Amino acid sequence: MSSYVTPDGRTIGDVLLEVKNITLRFGGVEAIKNISFDVREGEIRAIIGPNGAGKSSMLNVINGFYHPQEGEIWFHGKKRRAMKPSQIARQGIARTFQNIALFKGMNTLDNIMTGCFTHMHTSLIEQAIWWGRAEREEYRYREKVEHIIDFLEIQAIRKTPVGALPYGLQKRVELARALAAEPKLLLLDEPMAGMNVEEKEDMCRFVLDVNAEFGTTIVLIEHDMGVVMDISDRVVVLDYGRKIGDGVPDEVRSNQEVIDAYLGVPHD
Amino acid sequence: MSPDFLYAVEVLLNGLMAGVMYSLVALGFVLIFKASGVFNYAQGVMALFAALTLVGIMNGQVPFSHLINAVFGTSVHEFGWHVPALGAIALTAVVMVIFAFLVEKLILKYLIGQEPIILFMATIGLAYFMEGFGDLMWGADIKALDVGLPKGGSIWIEENTAWLAAEGSRFFGFFIDKLDVSATLVAVVLVIALTLFSQYTATGRALRAVADDHQAALSVGISLRAIWVITWSIAGFVALVAGIMWGSKSGVQFSLAFIALKALPVLMLGGFTSIPGAIVGGLIIGMGEKLFEFFVGPLIGGATENWFAYVLALIFLVFRPQGLFGERIIERV
Repeated sequence: MSSYVTPDGRTIGDVLLEVKNITLRFGGVEAIKNISFDVREGEIRAIIGPNGAGKSSMLNVINGFYHPQEGEIWFHGKKRRAMKPSQIARQGIARTFQNIALFKGMNTLDNIMTGCFTHMHTSLIEQAIWWGRAEREEYRYREKVEHIIDFLEIQAIRKTPVGALPYGLQKRVELARALAAEPKLLLLDEPMAGMNVEEKEDMCRFVLDVNAEFGTTIVLIEHDMGVVMDISDRVVVLDYGRKIGDGVPDEVRSNQEVIDAYLGVPHD
Repeated sequence: MSPDFLYAVEVLLNGLMAGVMYSLVALGFVLIFKASGVFNYAQGVMALFAALTLVGIMNGQVPFSHLINAVFGTSVHEFGWHVPALGAIALTAVVMVIFAFLVEKLILKYLIGQEPIILFMATIGLAYFMEGFGDLMWGADIKALDVGLPKGGSIWIEENTAWLAAEGSRFFGFFIDKLDVSATLVAVVLVIALTLFSQYTATGRALRAVADDHQAALSVGISLRAIWVITWSIAGFVALVAGIMWGSKSGVQFSLAFIALKALPVLMLGGFTSIPGAIVGGLIIGMGEKLFEFFVGPLIGGATENWFAYVLALIFLVFRPQGLFGERIIERV
């Protein structure tokens, strides 16, 4: 299947990320069992499943926090060797966390600026004396970050320490930090968890806008079925570490195994 | 003003400047503790090692000369040249950066994710290793260090403060050591530079990011190991500055390593995670112990400077365990 255009006018390209036969064990527990799926360029791909299904573990495998015992990950058509999370971030994979992981002691602006870290190349010495190149680089990325701040409508909290922000805004700052890395692939771990309806709607809009405006490929984990079915192009369903469904939202919705996993099967 | 009052002021001023010296050591502890959660017991020895290396380079001493002579039966001790102070300081800074690399490569790398107590034990080991290594490399004798900083009482200050008391009284102006004044200026410049660096540069932000949340820092592409090398290098540089000041004041000798212990109460007072805390804590301890010795010392037989700082720290631990500027310790339940 080559690239195609969605009904709402976005172009979905070739496969960007492919996970092949991934198995992840913690001691004797198999958190992920032989799972394969792919993510295409420009796509919004959701991973759903009940608690403990291995969704977050899957994201942690993709961004390098966990190293699977078996299986391969292909990114940009190349097999990826075992790498540290910081190296994977430099390849263009950014993420947010289920339990917000912001730098609590810093303000919003500085938090988002750290997102640019992989793009800033001046040497430590140049930075230390704030010499020409380092200064220009700092201003250039500052401008970019201001653009992201406008985009996510968080101008009012630019200088606020993030620890003092309400939950919904913290989630938004975390998204901003991930965007500052200009990622090819953005991993969102439950971006709407714990939000009220209004905050959820905002976040949905931002996710769609990010995808449409920057063309960022997004993999997201979400529990709210309404949200998932509304915004994602394709959905992977996990249950007890196994993949039980994969396809466009309508296919997944009518998949008997998925319905059983979510609603339970009557025992008789 | 009465001479007694002016003497007390003089004691206070000298105490504040002695405090700056404590702050310089405490600063190194805070930098490493913030970035990696490691209480670096070796910070004091690092200051000693930096001072030894500086003197050695300045005097053109042959490193490991005892070892070389014992093994090869030679008798080399000096290269016979003298390196100017600034050049020697730059070379010593390079040595401290190499040291930071080695610490990361040989120790920290293998201890990632271990309990803080294990890392602490590793730094104790490191401290004793470095003490021995410094001895082997540069010899154990006490050396004078003179990098050209002004020394001795400032006559200018004395003459310009003599008028404070009536003529003919016992007061002849404040006695302030010029070395203490330079130490204060250097400390101020150092703290301002460190603050600007950590606030306004990409690497500075990365340092703060790592101090805050390892996982999140990794996820934005910051390499923990690179940051640790940078942190230890900066701490090494701070140790060098502290070593220069202490070495100029009291000679480069192995008891310098014990000044690290004085930094402990400073940290308890100021908080282990706060740079301003290290500074203010040092000032309070320095000032407090001099004033205490001045006022209370004579009543209880003196030598209060040995324990005052620790008792003060203990009182602080009871009422404000996180220190003056430390982060509140709140455990979620």
